[in-house]
Amino acid sequence: MLLDYLPIFLVLAFSVIVSLAIVFSSRLFGPYRPNKIKNLSYESGKDPVGSTHERISVKYYLVAMLFIIFDIEVIYVYPWAVEFRNMFHSNGLFAFMPMFIFLIVLELGYLYILMKGGLKWD
Amino acid sequence: MTIWEIIITSVIKIAIALTSLLLSVAYMVYFERKISAWAQNRLGPNRVGYRGLLQPFADVFKLLFKEDIVPDAANKTLHTMAPFISLFVAFATYAVVPIGPEVNLFGYQIKLVVADVNIGILYVLALTSLGVYGITLAGWSSGSKYSLLGGIRSSAQMISYEVSIGFSIGGVLLMAGSLRPIDIVNAQYGGMWNAILQPIGFITFVVSAFAETNRLPFDLPEAEPELVGGYHTEYSSFKFAGFFLAEYANMIIASLLIVTLYLGGWQIPYVDKLGLSEGLTVVLQIASFLLKTAFMLFVFIWVRWSIPRFRYDQLMNLGWKVMFPLALLNIVWVAMLIMIFKL
Repeated sequence: MLLDYLPIFLVLAFSVIVSLAIVFSSRLFGPYRPNKIKNLSYESGKDPVGSTHERISVKYYLVAMLFIIFDIEVIYVYPWAVEFRNMFHSNGLFAFMPMFIFLIVLELGYLYILMKGGLKWD
Repeated sequence: MTIWEIIITSVIKIAIALTSLLLSVAYMVYFERKISAWAQNRLGPNRVGYRGLLQPFADVFKLLFKEDIVPDAANKTLHTMAPFISLFVAFATYAVVPIGPEVNLFGYQIKLVVADVNIGILYVLALTSLGVYGITLAGWSSGSKYSLLGGIRSSAQMISYEVSIGFSIGGVLLMAGSLRPIDIVNAQYGGMWNAILQPIGFITFVVSAFAETNRLPFDLPEAEPELVGGYHTEYSSFKFAGFFLAEYANMIIASLLIVTLYLGGWQIPYVDKLGLSEGLTVVLQIASFLLKTAFMLFVFIWVRWSIPRFRYDQLMNLGWKVMFPLALLNIVWVAMLIMIFKL
């Protein structure tokens, strides 16, 4: 059973090797003559102005937070989905109702976010 | 099989899969340029080799011998790590996608999948989530304003659509009752494709896959007219090629997943009723799998040249206010199907 996972580790090892080779091959084959002007950040031909690491719109943080909430719900749905058919054969409608209620609660939270304007982009 | 036999067969499978992935990325770029040329009434690449067939190799060697410029404002470590993460994810994800049924080769029962694990779909989800890091870090570490804007937009877009992808896959799991990709394909036996049984889930998955791979109409992270190159503005030489490669590899993986989850994988309806020999059936099934994948890849290019780009607020509204509720509805729909029709 555990041997099933051996190919996965081989795949991971292979992809690490190949991606490292690709990332470092440009240094190996290409020329390397850096100078100050060449190493400036690209800003449409002008000298760069100000700092890049300034404040970011709070909307992005909100989206990230909502993502964490809803993505965790996804993981709760999966075990139920995998076992649903068996549970339905033994328990009937009782296999469906708890998840249905869970999804309704989720949907209520979603509606609350909508009403509060959490998903509004101006 | 003993442990050494497993290692040897997996290494052979990985070598074949990786080579074909790289080659198909190269020719995907060629076909994209050719098809876009046809769509715009141009000729497209036609100089290198017969009808330009060697163009991808010319591009690769050109990029290989270019200078690798890292801007002074960049964070050197993260700037190098970002393409590495993107490539790693692109090369590791195909491992669980089965391209055909079990075959008997040289006295061994060989599964036509690199790793047949019972958590296959979770593995795919975990790795694709990791892909966001590559793009976000590339945008943040470059020290350029265009890169930063592209990276942030991209990460918000990718995590938004990941929720819909997760819920759409829930419907597939309900039908199959397993997270193992081979079981999912077997559950679609006899024309009972998930695309037919759960069209809503199919549509949400395909649209979200377009958004996850940053393809038009969702290519805001690198919207050329406004952000130059988006998150890879400050990348050159083979690091740029790495991002390019990862983007196309992700597109191929998305097509493989769409075919496996929704279009019946290698299944051809009623092929076993025709009375063909076992070997011919397997060959036909693998061919059908590759044909379906090629068709999905063509759809990716087709859509790119047919639909204009979304505005950012439209994109987020589509993700959160349309795709997410539809994907939830799909789960209830599939559960109803199973309960009412005893599928």
